Amino acid sequence: MILFHLAPTRVLAVWRRNFLVWKQLAGASMLGNFGDPFLYLLGLGYGLGAYIGDMGGIPYMAYLASGILCSSAMNTATFESLYSAFTRMNQQGTWESMLATPVRVQEIIAGEQIWAATKSLISGTAIFLVAGLLGGIQQWETALLALPVIFLIGLAFSGPALAICAISPSYDFFLYYFTLAVTPMFLFCGVFYPIDTLPNPVQLIAQLLPLTHAVALIRPLLTEMPLTLPWLHVGVLALYAAGGFTLATRLASRRLIR
Amino acid sequence: MSQAVVSAKSLRKTFGHRDVVCGINFDIRPGICFGILGPNGAGKTTLIRMLMGLSPVTSGDYHLFGSDVSDTSIHSRVGVVPQQDNLDPDFSVRLNLKVYAGYFGIDSKTAESRIEELLEFAALSSRGDDQVATLSGGMRRRLMVARALINDPDLVVLDEPSTGLDPQARHLIWQRLRSLKAAGKTLILTTHYMEEAAELCDELMVLDHGNILTRGSLRELISEHVEPEVVAIRGLHNELDAIELCEGLDIRRDHVGDTWFCYAIDARPLVARCAERPELTFIHRPSSLEDLFLKLTGRDMREEA
Repeated sequence: MILFHLAPTRVLAVWRRNFLVWKQLAGASMLGNFGDPFLYLLGLGYGLGAYIGDMGGIPYMAYLASGILCSSAMNTATFESLYSAFTRMNQQGTWESMLATPVRVQEIIAGEQIWAATKSLISGTAIFLVAGLLGGIQQWETALLALPVIFLIGLAFSGPALAICAISPSYDFFLYYFTLAVTPMFLFCGVFYPIDTLPNPVQLIAQLLPLTHAVALIRPLLTEMPLTLPWLHVGVLALYAAGGFTLATRLASRRLIR
Repeated sequence: MSQAVVSAKSLRKTFGHRDVVCGINFDIRPGICFGILGPNGAGKTTLIRMLMGLSPVTSGDYHLFGSDVSDTSIHSRVGVVPQQDNLDPDFSVRLNLKVYAGYFGIDSKTAESRIEELLEFAALSSRGDDQVATLSGGMRRRLMVARALINDPDLVVLDEPSTGLDPQARHLIWQRLRSLKAAGKTLILTTHYMEEAAELCDELMVLDHGNILTRGSLRELISEHVEPEVVAIRGLHNELDAIELCEGLDIRRDHVGDTWFCYAIDARPLVARCAERPELTFIHRPSSLEDLFLKLTGRDMREEA
């Protein structure tokens, strides 16, 4: 299989299928997407923020808003690429119906991954606006650059999640992924506090994880914190996106074509 | 003679140590309805999955329109009706077809006019805007056939197209499939229904345990392998009883469960004997594919393999 042999029209057709389903239920879906992060911002940003004051030299609300933006992009892409994609692969036979057409496995995975990133972007935009209203954005000039970065974060988390989806025997399996990967990242990758407060070995591990790099990119774009090594962070996220895509395509092929 | 639509040479498929398709040869001429017949587990679905590139060929050649089956660009000329319902439950009837057209890269204008034709063809015109979930089983199957035709394929592959449908729904599907054949399309269908094969197929291939038992037209197969008449008898006590009943007559017997099948060129004398024994129930009928299968495998078609 030539992995990157992708016909754009077919990738788009896969993306469009998911978009059309989403469009029918857009209201409910949006509410779910930004309801949670909104509560975090209100509850922790105002509540905890009142005690903490500043963190990393900026108001805690601004500190938290950029972190929550990243973690929600992670969650949105992960959920879509685990639960929703699994339903399409396993329950509904959607992927198999696509394989009876000229669409190939790698095009399905690419379409799914781009779709998950699109959903990250949709929910990210909603939180972006809420964060703006709550005073979480300090630098509007660079803040808009965060949107394409959120899309990249979506790609970076969707890829590995699709790989997990492709080997999963059932929905229950996803709980391991959340406990072992998603929740630790949520807590240890700089969403709520700077990672340099962590013991050195933990910091080292955190540096290998995509959410750390997502936060390191987004926070300086939204706040007055300085941006360091932007291309390193972009590179790590791109690596997770491409690596996840490759792995997911191989694993999905093994599952579907047997 | 025009080129075969499908050709298989020494085609083999192995799962682990188990041969599912055991090095078979066949080809399918254009414009016919080709039936692949066999009980569950005979290898029918594996043949179809390999044909569609959904299952790698272990060894041998398998060609579709002259190209190796691994070349999936050939799918633009094929329509598939799978055994399992995989319509999009979130979409209306019309949107199902529209989205599917997108996978073939059909532009939306062409797709739209095509969709109206296909809804007409599938007798679903009045249901175009309804959600798929509200359709009956027969309607869903017709929608799957319509979906398989969205790319105007030269070959339509149907994996057990009428399994699980009631008789009316089944006849409507058959009628649609016959009209496809009349329109010059090649059809391949797998089935374990003798009646379906008899209704639709010009040529049949009977499979069991991954081997071809026989192939030919329905008439050829029956005349070649089984006597023209059969009396199916129930109520006989044992084999000895059966032997006694048929004594002196030129009869071949088969036995499945509590039923004895007695084949003969002329079964009237046997029918007369049966009529004298009120404890027997029996049916005298022309022999069918079912009988052919019984003879070839020693098993009832409906039994699990």
